Amino acid sequence: MSAAPVVASRARQGARAVGLLAALAVLAAVAVASIAVGARQMPLDQVWHGLFHYAGTPGDVVVRDLRVPRTLLGVLVGLGLGLSGAVMQALTRNPLAEPGILGVNAGAAAAVVSAISFLGASTLGEFVWWAFLGAGVVSVVVYVLGGSRSATPVRLALAGTAASAALVGYINSVQLMDSKALDKLRFWTVGSLASANMDTVRQVAPFLLVGAVMAFSLGRPLNAMAMGDDTARALGANLTWTRIGAMAAITLLCGAATAACGPITFIGLMVPHLVRLITGPDMRWVLAYSAVLSPVLLLGADVIGRVVTRPAELQVGIVTALVGGPVFIYLVRRKRMAQL
Amino acid sequence: MTQTTNAKPDGSTASRSRVLRGPGGTALRLEPRALVAGLLLAAVALVMAIVLIGTGDFEIAPWDVVRTLLGEGSPADDFIVNDLRLPRVLVAVLVGAALGMAGAVFQSVSRNPLGSPDLLGFSYGSAVGALAVITLFQGGSAAVAAGAVAGGLLTGAAVYLVAYRQGIHGYRLVLVGIGASAMLLALIQYLLTKAKLVDATRAMVWLTGSLAGRDWSQVWPLLATCAVVFPLVLGQGRALRMMEMGDDAAYALGVGVERTRMLLMAAAIVLTTAASAAAGPISFVALAAPQLARRLTRSSGPNLLAGALMGSVLLLVSDWASQRAFGADQLPVGVVTGLVGGVYLLWLLVSERKAGRI
Repeated sequence: MSAAPVVASRARQGARAVGLLAALAVLAAVAVASIAVGARQMPLDQVWHGLFHYAGTPGDVVVRDLRVPRTLLGVLVGLGLGLSGAVMQALTRNPLAEPGILGVNAGAAAAVVSAISFLGASTLGEFVWWAFLGAGVVSVVVYVLGGSRSATPVRLALAGTAASAALVGYINSVQLMDSKALDKLRFWTVGSLASANMDTVRQVAPFLLVGAVMAFSLGRPLNAMAMGDDTARALGANLTWTRIGAMAAITLLCGAATAACGPITFIGLMVPHLVRLITGPDMRWVLAYSAVLSPVLLLGADVIGRVVTRPAELQVGIVTALVGGPVFIYLVRRKRMAQL
Repeated sequence: MTQTTNAKPDGSTASRSRVLRGPGGTALRLEPRALVAGLLLAAVALVMAIVLIGTGDFEIAPWDVVRTLLGEGSPADDFIVNDLRLPRVLVAVLVGAALGMAGAVFQSVSRNPLGSPDLLGFSYGSAVGALAVITLFQGGSAAVAAGAVAGGLLTGAAVYLVAYRQGIHGYRLVLVGIGASAMLLALIQYLLTKAKLVDATRAMVWLTGSLAGRDWSQVWPLLATCAVVFPLVLGQGRALRMMEMGDDAAYALGVGVERTRMLLMAAAIVLTTAASAAAGPISFVALAAPQLARRLTRSSGPNLLAGALMGSVLLLVSDWASQRAFGADQLPVGVVTGLVGGVYLLWLLVSERKAGRI
């Protein structure tokens, strides 16, 4: 019909693409900071040396065997949490949906805790499958408890919190009966990147990448679903398969992220909201930006946790909760929420 | 004095209520089913309390318990019953009642069956206070209780102030509470990682909620709190029932909505905090008791008194079950209430499905 809107939308597309590149640059900068900052500070030339001219000096070893795996794991886990948050918010049409709030993390944690305590699981390869099981079961239960299609944000959030409370109670009592498990678990349940190594990265990466591909392929149908079930059906989206696919993606992403470094809350909540301010509601861009900016936030929180109580560390799960809580409350207080 | 009966047209007796009208326009509504259910709950609580006093490493027959309580028992029984077990059972009764009533108030104010003070961060606030005392200062039980009270009241005040925006609305309170509880949970876990294993184990017992080793020094403050707050809350029951019809309707009926809500929530927070200080954050009693009571009485309205009685019964039965199943003081009572809570959630799931709401 007229050329002006097309030009405008082209210009917007261009701006979004440039923004995405800028976000990638920020991610690279944060990743370098994550390699450089810690109990022992690494100057940038040492980081460069350790990455590209590895010679086995103590500095090189710290960079390659400790900092790089930790940074990679942070990127992967951040990606998983951010994407699952974005998919969850679109699937439930709920601005407060988040794996931590909806109890999915707690479900994964409860399954892993049971596996450690009752079945003697001790390797990450075993944790991952239990985490998937827990995450999958709890996400379905909360979705149903919250009233599935007729769910309001408040109902869903409450159902998730109630499920988390039950699971946390269960986790606590398992730890109580088994003080050796308590000693192991109290560090895992905080959510931390500290124990990362290359094996961890290799074990969770495939799951997270498959989950990410699934999430990206759901961009179009989720866009259609945002307009309501009937419109989505009219636009040719297969609702059942979209729902199943989205649930599977959430389970893969959250389960793998939680298995790798314990439950971390609020990343999945905050990032999609920030992203929507930049990109608008198009899910394909929301997903792309979330995949880049969530690792920025997670690595940033990890770096902050390493700096504030040096030489000890504040676990990244604690930093994200303390930063994310106020963001959540701000979202709740905004006027637009009043109509929910 | 005249009597009128409001029965449903189909003649069902479930919600029949009688209204006694006195001179000068005074009226009293009686709901026979609610009355019977309340008396039944009180009777069950009394029987369970007596059975629980007799339960333990040294079993005492119920009849002997009653005789000892009346002051005619043997000196050995007298020591065990009056000095060791009676305070523990009284703490259970009071904590259960306080949690049940606080839950009834919160579910009514937030108009949501899942809105309960333990999900909204108030128990977590108490837990942070208590854990800080345990892990940072290795304080004794009195200091831990003081820390729990301080933490709970501070959290309550903070959540209320943050949620306040031209008045408090149920949904905003619930969501702010959820945000606060996530932050507080992170603090709890941080404190646990900082603690030595001995302190961490002690903290874990506290976090689960336990009645072991409670004595008279826990009973008196709790009893005093309940004696002041219960009448206050019950006095607002009528206003609360009207507020369930919506703020505007309640306002039109002459209820000072905002003031009533603030008073009731403050009362509920005080009750939750007092209960946490005495026995730790026992989960799910506040969530389940009012709903179970409502189904028993089939009465509309907040069911404050029935909720409180049901809370006592739940906690007494849970404590008895944990002692029977695992031996005396092996597992804290919070584990059992947590299990009960899980079953309750599942049941909610099934009944919602049956009602076709899912």
